[in-house]
Amino acid sequence: MDSININEASAKELLGYFQAKLDEEAWEAKKEGRLVCWSASVAPPEFCVAMDIAMVYPETHAAGAGARKASMELLEVADQKGYNIDTCSYARTNLGYMELLKQEAMSGERSEVLKNSKAAYVPLPDLVITCNNICNTLLKWYENLAKELNIPCIIIDVPFNHTMPVKRHNKEYIADQFRVAIAQLEEITGRAFDYDKFFKVQEQTQRTIYWWNKIASFAQRKPSPLNGFDLFNYMALIVCARSREYGEITFRRFCEELEAKDQAGKYAFGDASTEKHRIAWEGIAVWTFLGATFKGLKAQGSVMTGSCYPAMWSLVYTPGDLESMAEAYTRVYINTCGSNRYEEFYKVVRDSKSDGMVMHLNRSCKNMGLLNNEGAEYVNNKMGIPFVSFDGDQTDPRVFSDAQYLNRIQALSEMMDAHNS
Amino acid sequence: MSTINELISRFKEIADNPKKAMDDYRAETGKGAVGIMPVYCPEEIVHATGYLPIGMWGAQGKNISKARALLPPFACSIMQSSMELQLSGVYDELSAVIFSVPCDTLKCMSQKWKGKAPKIVFTHPQNRKAAQSAANVFCREEYLHVKEELEDILGVQITNKDINNSIAVYNENRQALREFSDLVAENPGLIRLRDRHAVIKARWFMEKSRHTALLKELNDAIRSAEKVPFNGKRVIVSGITLEPYEVLDIFEEFGFAIVADDLAHETRNFRQDVPQDEDPLMALARAWNLFDGCSLATDADKPKGRILIDAVNKYKADAVIICMMKFCDPEEFDYPILLQEFAEAGVKNLQIEIDQETTSFEQIRTRIQTFSEVI
Repeated sequence: MDSININEASAKELLGYFQAKLDEEAWEAKKEGRLVCWSASVAPPEFCVAMDIAMVYPETHAAGAGARKASMELLEVADQKGYNIDTCSYARTNLGYMELLKQEAMSGERSEVLKNSKAAYVPLPDLVITCNNICNTLLKWYENLAKELNIPCIIIDVPFNHTMPVKRHNKEYIADQFRVAIAQLEEITGRAFDYDKFFKVQEQTQRTIYWWNKIASFAQRKPSPLNGFDLFNYMALIVCARSREYGEITFRRFCEELEAKDQAGKYAFGDASTEKHRIAWEGIAVWTFLGATFKGLKAQGSVMTGSCYPAMWSLVYTPGDLESMAEAYTRVYINTCGSNRYEEFYKVVRDSKSDGMVMHLNRSCKNMGLLNNEGAEYVNNKMGIPFVSFDGDQTDPRVFSDAQYLNRIQALSEMMDAHNS
Repeated sequence: MSTINELISRFKEIADNPKKAMDDYRAETGKGAVGIMPVYCPEEIVHATGYLPIGMWGAQGKNISKARALLPPFACSIMQSSMELQLSGVYDELSAVIFSVPCDTLKCMSQKWKGKAPKIVFTHPQNRKAAQSAANVFCREEYLHVKEELEDILGVQITNKDINNSIAVYNENRQALREFSDLVAENPGLIRLRDRHAVIKARWFMEKSRHTALLKELNDAIRSAEKVPFNGKRVIVSGITLEPYEVLDIFEEFGFAIVADDLAHETRNFRQDVPQDEDPLMALARAWNLFDGCSLATDADKPKGRILIDAVNKYKADAVIICMMKFCDPEEFDYPILLQEFAEAGVKNLQIEIDQETTSFEQIRTRIQTFSEVI
């Protein structure tokens, strides 16, 4: 891959560079006989990174495949394996991809589908790590990966917080599992766990998260210098590189650029007059129609200024304190009771000074979708702002309807105008 | 001794009319009922209060209308009808409702309960094997939460002795149900499939020692019965539920006998006993840890296929029929792995879709008929 001057590159260049570098590092690890781990997006990477295990993130990989219009052929591989099209399309995209890699590993031949796929080429894992703080689907999906590949599966079970604040026995259970995961990694690698490095990795993770949260805070300014859809793009690094310096370097640069933009009076769509509405987006992006969903909003002068989704990686804790780390990983808003979940959504909408809400009823994600209405109504009661819902899917292009989406966005725009006048 | 038919009609009467079962229980004991949402609630804790634990497994052929406003079409079939029943006031007489949350849909359902009764939510630990002792400690705390909430809501005190007694009652019931299932398998054709189902289903609406007493009578009657000639096919069914009766009748029509089930509604509740432990809440926690083979109990070894293949051998079954609850993603994730394992073991299999709202079963009939011709 081409090298770049880290000190002079733009945040966008850094994002592309580090994403490709992470994949390349995974291949290097594979070639050198070091371990590769596939990980759930909000599972703690700190343990594996401390043990020099290369990380690959199937959800990010699937999202990338979706954005490049490359998910459909992978979904079809999963369909043929017997995966119901009603299950999560991230999982199906990844399990389809895994199947192609497995066939290649077993036969020595790369299938035409894999050869022609625009999805990033990543190596098969030697182990997987999963965490159910965003959904229990990640338990089922990773069970299947481990079973299909006959490899170890590290589980960090983060029980649903039916009451808040997080209970002590909940934190203790998760912290105990961290200790079990350390023992599992020692067994898998045949090496003692590096606690000194682990502490440094935790500190790095916190620095990365600081800059990630700082980016989102730019959208609280009015007008907003941040186009909230950029968070969907930069999310790749908060997922894949939050325990590495790559995330921190990129996010810091992006913050510098946003600050400069704001100083220059340049905002998400141009000058201040281009920001007609500010909206909060609830749910995962429609990766297969990222451009269309963005343009639909832009056409109405609606800047996305708030979303709970990127805030799921606001995993703030005290390095060296496993229970603090446990709490950070379990208090993800969709892993908490309704009252806390709706309040967290409200805070995002309030702080982003949004005029309306767009609720993505994501066919893939029951955990997010089934309480969409309750969340929107809660905010509506507190702030009086309107909301619309549309049908979509994160990576299965068959579910989204452009016409329905545009119609709803236009209706929202009219409702926001009426509400603001 | 009562005849088999007389005994079965008593089970059926209860299985088909839970409201009456609840009213009768209240009239007799002065105590009400506690709703048990699927799945795997430590019901023994409720039994220890003297209240009637009553299963809430949706309803058959219920037209979904009010629930449409609250659930997207891709929420599973059983929860669609559960929501419809909540909104129709069917559950309003319950004294409390207990939710477990082992899947994403149940997590959300637990937060949008629309009935009048107070709800109690608890979470099962899922890192059950690698982190066994930590999982047990956590699970015990969650069960303690259920116990304390029940004490508050119902105004009762639950002692360890009470729970231990209830565990013994439930284990005896489990033993009798395993015997029943095996007796039915030994003499296929004697008990109709709809009757087998009703006998097991009735346990969701009966105080368990009464269910056991009646079941023991039935088991004795079955033991004494003559062998019925059977030339059909022996199958094992797996899934969340296998209802309504009409579907079971289609199985029968094409000569299938169910020689064992692996249903969350049926055998998964009594495949094993709760182990002995001085601390009854820990005993119940250990039972969850030892429980294998359900899509809702995480295990990276995925033992369900092995359990089903062992059952095929044990019961000399001709095939496994997967009864897929519509939009149940945990079960749907298990299916591709099962397909591979069945292919490797040479186990014939079929998948049918279970949708509680359906009132027309022609698609299932076609699939079952075709399957009967190929095996």
